[in-house]
Amino acid sequence: MKKHLIDFKVLSNSSLNYNHNLLELSCDQPLPAMVPGQFAEVKVDNSPATYLRRPFSIHRIDYEKNTLHLIIKSVGEGTRKIAALQAGDTVNIMLPLGNGFTIPQNSEVLLVGGGCGVAPLWFLAAELQKNGNQVTMLIGGRTEKDILLAAEYSQFGEVLISTEDGSLGQKGMVTAHTVMLQEKLPFSAIYCCGPDGMMRAVSHIAEKQSIPCMVSLENTMACGIGACLCCVVDTHKGHQCVCTEGPVFNSKDLKGWSAETEVGCSINK
Amino acid sequence: MANLSVKLHHLNLKNPVMTASGTFGYGEEFDDFIDVNALGGILVKATTSGHREGNPYPRMAETPMGMLNAVGLQNKGIDYFVEHIYPRLLKYNNSVIANVSDSTVEGYVEVARKMNQLEHIAAIELNISCPNVKEGGMAFGTSCPSATAVTRAVREVYDKTLIVKLSPNVTSIAEIAQAVEAAGADAVSLINTLLGMAIDAEKRKPVLSTITGGLSGPAIKPIALRMVWQVARAVKIPVIGIGGISTAADAIEFMLAGATAIQVGTANFVDPRTTMNIIAGIDDYLNRHQINDVNELIGGLIC
Repeated sequence: MKKHLIDFKVLSNSSLNYNHNLLELSCDQPLPAMVPGQFAEVKVDNSPATYLRRPFSIHRIDYEKNTLHLIIKSVGEGTRKIAALQAGDTVNIMLPLGNGFTIPQNSEVLLVGGGCGVAPLWFLAAELQKNGNQVTMLIGGRTEKDILLAAEYSQFGEVLISTEDGSLGQKGMVTAHTVMLQEKLPFSAIYCCGPDGMMRAVSHIAEKQSIPCMVSLENTMACGIGACLCCVVDTHKGHQCVCTEGPVFNSKDLKGWSAETEVGCSINK
Repeated sequence: MANLSVKLHHLNLKNPVMTASGTFGYGEEFDDFIDVNALGGILVKATTSGHREGNPYPRMAETPMGMLNAVGLQNKGIDYFVEHIYPRLLKYNNSVIANVSDSTVEGYVEVARKMNQLEHIAAIELNISCPNVKEGGMAFGTSCPSATAVTRAVREVYDKTLIVKLSPNVTSIAEIAQAVEAAGADAVSLINTLLGMAIDAEKRKPVLSTITGGLSGPAIKPIALRMVWQVARAVKIPVIGIGGISTAADAIEFMLAGATAIQVGTANFVDPRTTMNIIAGIDDYLNRHQINDVNELIGGLIC
């Protein structure tokens, strides 16, 4: 899939919660083809202390309006600069990068998103729906204010919520939610994005029930195109770049992700 | 249009702009963004005698106007390179230069000997300066006797242009440059990354899995510029400038300091079109200053 460098114009910037923003962007040329799970590298301008681009999941694509949506989590100066973009600003973006999720047809699937891990699941849910799949979505967070876009996701199917403090939905981590505790999960695939511990715990449950589990990994990246080899993850095939072989991996391909590996489960690791 | 071609020993480059090894993959990663053939040359990812997995994650930390890396020469070894990667490089008609590294002199020699058989590899760059491997790498480049030994051994088996990439993590880089020149190097390239460190104060832990790593990017440019100037005055062979070059102005500064050609590294990550902008910018500079030949810039610093 050909990669592009495109100058986007910011159409709007809305605050989702205390440290997440939703950017709506458009460009002069037709948006290139993309698949759910791919990501974009956004250039950081006017930031003397930072240098590298910042990677973000492709949140939402509207080919009719020719718009792209990105969820920006502010964690440092670079992401804060991007989160501060205003309507009318221009920003250079490299996309689409990496490999995305596999889309089945006419299946019952579960999407699990922790915190801003819901970001790539919108585009995914839309494509799953288009292909006749029945989507159940489980969103987790530490508190109510960490649950992003739950109402909006309901257009794709049932939305379930769990919070660690019980302020919204069921109390506890996503792996403790009733839907995950069923003796026989009624899903033919699980898609997961969020903190590392959460994804490992979800993948363990999937593995025990022999359900394929696709996880979208996050990593510190420099180039985003496989040139620098900085963003590796340990797989059964050796070190692989999250930016090119991922960010979506089948959890069984990841070394140390076996259910026999004891790990904790925390949404906000 | 001014003449942009420069000569590195037997290599004729169509312009002085190349890419730094480890920042450009095998060229094809950039095919979507630029005409790779428009570059003076490309330095491909380091090759070692055997397969190397590289260092554990995390391998990268961003620092003010730069980055630290601890990749650790991840590659699949020379035999894989010959069989699988070399055929893919045949599509490039500019100078394709292989970066060669290893943990032992014998390993360097093995890789160089096999590279010597590859017609389309125009030169090798001997990497005696990688700070991210436990054995070999930088160790060879930090003393005159070891730099001499590995350069001399490779010289015996390698017929084409031999470039030696120098480490800045030394007391006198000019002395190391003179040593490798005497041992048979046809050119030197500098600088490789500077040994650095990043700490996560919240966790009280180093950011990189290897604790220390190699610093690159605009943050190191003044150091690289100074070292290129020092080395260019100390040796007769061509010098290739590397270190934080992001703009045409940066490239011209390095040439004025004595570099015959330059390599663009970390800036490729920020904008994959950087090299093209630099080539156009050099041409613009020459036209503005009514200079007909880019070679007139080399060592043209007025002190």
